[in-house]
Amino acid sequence: MTAVAPLALPTLPAAFQQSTVDYLAILPLLIVFGTALIGVLVEAFAARERRHAIQVTLSVVGLLAAAASIIVAAKHQGLTMGLTDGSTNRQLFALAVDGPALFMQAAILLMGVLGVLTMAERFGGVGPDAFTPSGASTPGSATETAAARAGALTSEVFPLTMFAIFGMMLFPTTNDLIGMFVALEVLSLPLYILSGLARRRRLLSQEASLKYFLLGAFSSAFFLFGTALLYGYAGSVYFGDLSKAIASGPLAMNGLLVPGAFLVFVGLLFKVGAVPFHAWTPDVYQGAPTPVTGFMAACTKAAAFGAILRLAYVGLDTGRWEWTNALVLVALLTMVVGSVLAVTQTDMKRLLAYSSIAHAGFILVGVLAFDRKGVGAVLFYLVAYGFSTIAAFAIVSLVRQNGAEATHLSQWAGLGKRFPVVAGAFAFLMLAFAGIPLTSGFVAKFGVFSAAIGTGGATGTVLAVVGVLCSAITVFVYARVIVLMFFSDAPDDAVEVVIPSVSTTFSIAIGTLATLALGVLPSALLDLADRASQFVR
Amino acid sequence: MGTLVQTLTSSSSTLSTYAAGLATHEGEAHAATGVTAYAWLLVALPLLGAAVLLLGGRRTDKFGPVLATALSWGAFVVGALVFLAMLGRGAEDRAVGIDLFDWIAAGSFKVSAGLLVDQLSMVFVLLITFVGSLIHVYSIGYMEHDPDRRRFFAYLNLFVAAMLLLVLANSYLLLYVGWEGVGLASYLLIGFWNYNPAYATAANKAFVANRVGDFGLSIAIMVMFFHFGAVDFATVLGEAGSNANEGFMTAIGLMLLLGACGKSAQFPLQSWLGDAMAGPTPVSALIHAATMVTAGVYLVVRSAPIFEAAPTAQLVVVIVGAITLLFGAIVGCAKDDIKKALAASTMSQIGYMMLAAGLGPVGYAFAIFHLLMHGFFKAGMFLGAGSVMHGMNDQVDMRRFGGLSGAMKITWATFAVGWLAILGVPPFSGFWSKDKIIEAAFIGEGWRPWVFGMAALIGAGITAFYMSRLFFMTFHGKKRWTDDVHPHESGRLMTVPMIVLAVGSAFLGLILGPTGMFTTWLEPVTGAEPEGAHPVIPVPVLMALTLVLVAAGAALAWLRYWRDDVPVTAPAGSLLTQAARKDLYQDQVNEALLMRPGIHLTRSLVFADSKGVDGAAGGLAALVGGTSSRLRKLQNGFARSYALTMLAGVVAILGALWVMS
Repeated sequence: MTAVAPLALPTLPAAFQQSTVDYLAILPLLIVFGTALIGVLVEAFAARERRHAIQVTLSVVGLLAAAASIIVAAKHQGLTMGLTDGSTNRQLFALAVDGPALFMQAAILLMGVLGVLTMAERFGGVGPDAFTPSGASTPGSATETAAARAGALTSEVFPLTMFAIFGMMLFPTTNDLIGMFVALEVLSLPLYILSGLARRRRLLSQEASLKYFLLGAFSSAFFLFGTALLYGYAGSVYFGDLSKAIASGPLAMNGLLVPGAFLVFVGLLFKVGAVPFHAWTPDVYQGAPTPVTGFMAACTKAAAFGAILRLAYVGLDTGRWEWTNALVLVALLTMVVGSVLAVTQTDMKRLLAYSSIAHAGFILVGVLAFDRKGVGAVLFYLVAYGFSTIAAFAIVSLVRQNGAEATHLSQWAGLGKRFPVVAGAFAFLMLAFAGIPLTSGFVAKFGVFSAAIGTGGATGTVLAVVGVLCSAITVFVYARVIVLMFFSDAPDDAVEVVIPSVSTTFSIAIGTLATLALGVLPSALLDLADRASQFVR
Repeated sequence: MGTLVQTLTSSSSTLSTYAAGLATHEGEAHAATGVTAYAWLLVALPLLGAAVLLLGGRRTDKFGPVLATALSWGAFVVGALVFLAMLGRGAEDRAVGIDLFDWIAAGSFKVSAGLLVDQLSMVFVLLITFVGSLIHVYSIGYMEHDPDRRRFFAYLNLFVAAMLLLVLANSYLLLYVGWEGVGLASYLLIGFWNYNPAYATAANKAFVANRVGDFGLSIAIMVMFFHFGAVDFATVLGEAGSNANEGFMTAIGLMLLLGACGKSAQFPLQSWLGDAMAGPTPVSALIHAATMVTAGVYLVVRSAPIFEAAPTAQLVVVIVGAITLLFGAIVGCAKDDIKKALAASTMSQIGYMMLAAGLGPVGYAFAIFHLLMHGFFKAGMFLGAGSVMHGMNDQVDMRRFGGLSGAMKITWATFAVGWLAILGVPPFSGFWSKDKIIEAAFIGEGWRPWVFGMAALIGAGITAFYMSRLFFMTFHGKKRWTDDVHPHESGRLMTVPMIVLAVGSAFLGLILGPTGMFTTWLEPVTGAEPEGAHPVIPVPVLMALTLVLVAAGAALAWLRYWRDDVPVTAPAGSLLTQAARKDLYQDQVNEALLMRPGIHLTRSLVFADSKGVDGAAGGLAALVGGTSSRLRKLQNGFARSYALTMLAGVVAILGALWVMS
């Protein structure tokens, strides 16, 4: 027997200690997360026929409660969820509860309410809602038919939505790259599932879901690769450390910093549908159930831009500007490709998808102003666009032929003559997307472009000019829809507008009214966005 | 961020300024008191009418047109009262600013919505409300049998409100709102009879041309914001007058001019005006002759300090005006459609105004004076044309008219006054305004007075020819009517407005022109006419030359279109005639220069998109009816290619970054 040498225990680093968690500051997050968990329990224990009603009520109440608790959180702003590094006594905070974060949380919550209300639409009966009765069954299979006959409903969508909203709220609040990655995945995974649950055209929907998942995973890999490079550069994943390291770091390390920063941005730009990471957008927007599309378009964009703002303004905002060139290129590409391709679309949902890509480009112009004014303008833009887009997709879900959504543009011909109110509201939303005065879209565009011209230097001016040119292009797109609805004759097999229940009507009305109110009297929200534009570091 | 609650309460206080209404305006304008404080009613009244008629639906069918007309007259009464109050003050105290509410306020990014009631805007207010109200009255008769006339009056009211907002705005941003508003109203009214596809196309064409112009205006506003940090008239024009960078002023000026060209149908954006005649005739009279199309001239005159600081931009304004006035005149000579001929004439007359506006202080007042006179006589002639169409089963081909002077005495007489006015025959109104523009065009040094002066002079001769041609072909010579028409005079609702406008065309110039009343009135806004500026040709000689040319033009028209027979089908004509009939090939040029490359660009991008990036555009749509196996096959391929695109994008951008650093 040989003597066994005693194992030399490696010296453990002084343990990380939990230092502070301000629970009131993260109250909105906790409420939403809690609601989501209760939703899972409801799914398990509540009787099938009552689940839908319970889930809808629970989600809406939870979201409203969380929105109300933002007022509490606003009094507890600052860095929180901290850890103290025992060896160096450094404090590392995982969350930053500050103006932009809370503004985005509030916006996501309120837009989330509208989204949930649209998803709850059942058109007064069993069957015609947006979601498949049995998500796990093969399209066209006997299981599916049986589930449909039994009147099954996919009420899981509500807890899933709540989880997604939780991730979205977390996304602009995180203060380090790992936390940001976790939030990214938390918000994405429920969306991948939700995209695949359409009742009709399930193959298209599942295709969209899978594509979204594959490409989302691909972009996450870019994000992680970038995180690794930035860690290599700064030795930390916390934004504060990153920013300090950039301020003092050697120039020779740019080879790690610049690609690292860009690769992290790739993960975020994918979520907003910026070119060249946009390819999924039209397919997923078209394939996903329409209420989900509206929810995604409004809330994901808001969350991801919140994260982009924090990364650009807090994590990387010092000294080194090389990486901004990449964002400038992406912004230019996004505006041009989004607007030009929107011109030739023939499907309403794809048209709105390309419109959303173009809008992402316009918002990026505001981000690139690198100024508080730019932050305020971006926050305003996200809210303005979000409300309009939820209402627009909700209207798309009403226009039907033989029970299925009629999304081909030719099917919308002459709609204005037969359903003037619905078509009028849609036309108004189109004007908002086009940025015509007296709509929120105009104020929003004016905000980001003037911020870019004001503080973005020569680059900002070029971006704003291209932006204005591209908005001129998109005006043709929206005008074409309006002309089609009001000045063309309806085809023989004309579409119908189904009468929605109170919930969808409410979403459409609020979305449209917000579009008008933010266009006529935007001061209140602009003011709020301006006050909320200061990041905590 | 403070707490949300605090923020909300404090921001709602900014809204309360809306209720407070009035506040002192910075700059030269004074705070509003008395009746002037209610100037916002000018915009509110017609807007209310539009809202009631559009939202009230069929219930308002009965009283809608009358209500709209009454509200339009109401706006005129308010305008007249404000005008009287203004007369009561000294020349320097006449401009009044009215703050309505803080429109956009966030940090340093502030725009307040307010009105500027000064001498210049007052001229427009009176013109718009008076002529507008007359045309409302006329429309009650003209649209009597149209089932949709409620909608028509709603749009008309909407137009009046937007146009008043345009001229009363105290900032470029609010002006832009009015600018878009009149564009929208114009678009809706041109396409009013949209069941006719050609009319809907015409509406779209107007929309497109106007978008190009609006794009210029919005760029100008952004450059202003960048350079001055503000977009209100007081700051922008004040600073442009004192310490301006010429480069920026030139950029702003040219972009403003682009906006003006779109709205006022000036070269090279003139193509839409002829097609816009598809709208009902009262619309042509109000929007496409008297008011909206002159908004460009307003914009240039209002922005005078910017153009003064940018001589290059000013020169371009003059060139555009000169080209358009000849262009419109030449086109007008060949048109057989009475409304299109009048439209060409409008284009040409606005060219005169634009030319005058570009000449600087010697021309501003006369640009606006001619605008006012033109508003009267051209609106009158359009209403006359409408009356003729009414009596002739809505025909517009002048080769099928002739000898109508007997059948429609009032129309003929009022039209004759308009005709004499546009020819510039003394003492009719056109003489006092157009002659002055021709004189002003001859003022200056070097080549400019000769080139621009001759353009204006020759234009006057051509104007005499084509307007006389129009007049003679319609009212004189042999009757060339189709068999089924029985021309008759229109009803009183239509003739009275024509008579009123004819009276204005006959005497208004005589009252305001030679007495110097108009120029004195505008002086605080446009600046005094410089002393000792004389035309390069003595004034009496110039006047005589003009009259001779006008007489020659009219005589030529008499020979060819009254004495000789007019064939009912147009003869082949010379090359120039053929070109003029096709608007000097402007559509073809637009198509070749703008449309085709645009389409090509889109197509090639779509091609790249569908083959390389986004095959699903066509693919998915085709697959809706396709089989599931095919779907799966295609799907695999696409996801891969999407990922490839992303990777290629990352690599390309990283490469670009590497090259840049």
